[in-house]
Amino acid sequence: MKKTFKCEVDCANCAAKMEDAVKKIEGVVSARVNFMTQKFTLEAADDIFEKVFDDAVKACKKVEPDCEIG
Amino acid sequence: MTKKQKKVRNRIFIVLCMFAVLMVLEKTGILSPLPWFLQLAIFLVPYIIIGYDVIRKAVINISHGQVFDENFLMMIATFGAFGIGEYSEALAVMLFYQVGELFQSVAVAKSRQSISDLMSIAPEYANLIAEDGSISEVDPEEVSVGDLLLIRAGEKIPVDGTVTEGESFVDTAALTGESVPRRVQKNDAVISGCVNGEGILKIRVDKAYEDSTVARILELVENASNKKSRMENFITRFARYYTPVVTIGAVLLAVLPPLFGQIPFSDSIRRACIFLIVSCPCALVISVPLGFFGGIGASSRKGVLVKGSNFLEAAALIDTVVFDKTGTITRGEFRVSEIIPASGSGISEKELLTMAAAGEAFSNHPIARSIIQCYTEKNAAAPDTAPIDNSRTREVPGKGLSTYYNGKELLLGNSRLIDVPASIGLIDESAGTVIYVSYDGTYMGAIVIADQIKTGVKEAIASLYAIGVKRAVMLTGDNEDIARHVADKVGINDVKAGLLPADKVSAVEKMLDRGDNGNRLAFVGDGINDAPVLMRADVGIAMGSLGSDAAIEAADIVIMDDDLNKISSVIKIARKTVRIVKENIVFALAVKLIILILGALGLTTMWLAVFGDVGVAVIAILNSMRALEDK
Repeated sequence: MKKTFKCEVDCANCAAKMEDAVKKIEGVVSARVNFMTQKFTLEAADDIFEKVFDDAVKACKKVEPDCEIG
Repeated sequence: MTKKQKKVRNRIFIVLCMFAVLMVLEKTGILSPLPWFLQLAIFLVPYIIIGYDVIRKAVINISHGQVFDENFLMMIATFGAFGIGEYSEALAVMLFYQVGELFQSVAVAKSRQSISDLMSIAPEYANLIAEDGSISEVDPEEVSVGDLLLIRAGEKIPVDGTVTEGESFVDTAALTGESVPRRVQKNDAVISGCVNGEGILKIRVDKAYEDSTVARILELVENASNKKSRMENFITRFARYYTPVVTIGAVLLAVLPPLFGQIPFSDSIRRACIFLIVSCPCALVISVPLGFFGGIGASSRKGVLVKGSNFLEAAALIDTVVFDKTGTITRGEFRVSEIIPASGSGISEKELLTMAAAGEAFSNHPIARSIIQCYTEKNAAAPDTAPIDNSRTREVPGKGLSTYYNGKELLLGNSRLIDVPASIGLIDESAGTVIYVSYDGTYMGAIVIADQIKTGVKEAIASLYAIGVKRAVMLTGDNEDIARHVADKVGINDVKAGLLPADKVSAVEKMLDRGDNGNRLAFVGDGINDAPVLMRADVGIAMGSLGSDAAIEAADIVIMDDDLNKISSVIKIARKTVRIVKENIVFALAVKLIILILGALGLTTMWLAVFGDVGVAVIAILNSMRALEDK
């Protein structure tokens, strides 16, 4: 399943770092933090999507505490 | 400005005033009699007002083990300045850093806004007609297939549908860049995103909003920036190493020279702080995707959808353009192209056509229909069949047809049916299919039927050569003669004729397989049966794709209308975008390098370094916005 979320992030480099961090999470098939469109796209298997998404949000918050996803 | 930005702006304003007062006090020597801790305390107040969020993030991030975080590095740099007693400099650095960040975020928001303005094709509402005839305004996503909608003059068509009542001109400019409105009437299909120019239309919904053209286009453009260009990949990879390397450089610079007794610690720490200030790669990282975003926006405005930054990047390198013939260069429909009365027969073009159309009136052959259509268009009436004695009409297989017109024999067919006098001679078959006409035993002339070349193709191909495309090739399943004839007319030298659909893929592969010289090959087709070739080429360009899902799916670049001239436009936009992005990269790297060198040699101040660093980012953003402009 591939889903896109709104994602508020202030700096381009933070977006790149968030993307890197999310890609390292287990179960992530693909991830993209798009600074230009302020969107976060996550692809993961259907059955574990919720969990992977939660992990991804945590990972993003770790990189950029002020980012908002959802 | 958002709330967040306004808050930062107000803080900057307050601290700027405090900074000015403090500078005056410092320069006039009023502060100097105070003990150092009081001075520090006085400077810390505005420092904390302007920098508390940076420090907060720095603390949170360092607890997460993010050593190379910009906030953290900025905090260390300013703390270092406080440590060596440069209070005003520490405050200035934090202040200018925030000014720069605010500038950046406003500039990015602005460019984001102007790009989404371009894409203002999304309908806000739909007027749903209920069964009892009452009209209610609903969200376009709420209408379902089969519903009836009312579209007033000036309103956007919210979903794809078919007109059931009314007629009007619809403006497709937002989708295709085409400024001439299209006329629609009952039973015509209309496409979402177009604007109803005049009159009231009632349409029946054919597709739900999410399947409609407008939703698909918006999704495509949004996703386009998800596909990263090679330059963007390079820069993000570069950024990953840049910050650590510069930070380590700062540490070495702070420690080593004093150890060898070259300069005092206070000086080396100041120089190290300058390194930390320029360690943020944001100017670089932001300018690449922003430039491509602008380029994609500029193309969309022309009615060209580019499905990814990577494809725009590839389009800048196109040196070979391969065209499919039918449907791309030609219309793919057969029409009368020439009417040639025999010299000396005394017959006019009009009479020849009238006779031929009457003779073919009862035939269903495609060629017959082309002739009838031509007659109908010219005379605004169906051919008059009264002079034809249809009981005596017979088909001559493989040759043509014979019938009686005003009681005399009329023959219509190829040269095997009709004796063309040697003095006149046969017509060149490469021009198309030739129908000879003989009446009462006398040769009357000929009608040529050919696939029509689209208007503007010759200019489009000339413009490709003009911008430096080296090779234009035409692929076709037709025979060599016809292909050559068309190619000559539009100015293409290179023709590959007699190809089966599968041969087209291998022909393109052969052209691709000539060693990677850095250039790219584009294939232009109508997307109907050349999807495999579109996918195989470096850049697949589909033409006239408004409303055609298959073409949009297979192609990398989609030209919404039929205008081949847009190929050179999009190549120009691509080149400009790539040039802007390269300028940004070189400029940002050069300025950072200069600051690093000056900083290492102790030739610049900290706040000049901040100014240089955020200044570069802002200039790069403004430069990127040029990608959005025309030409």
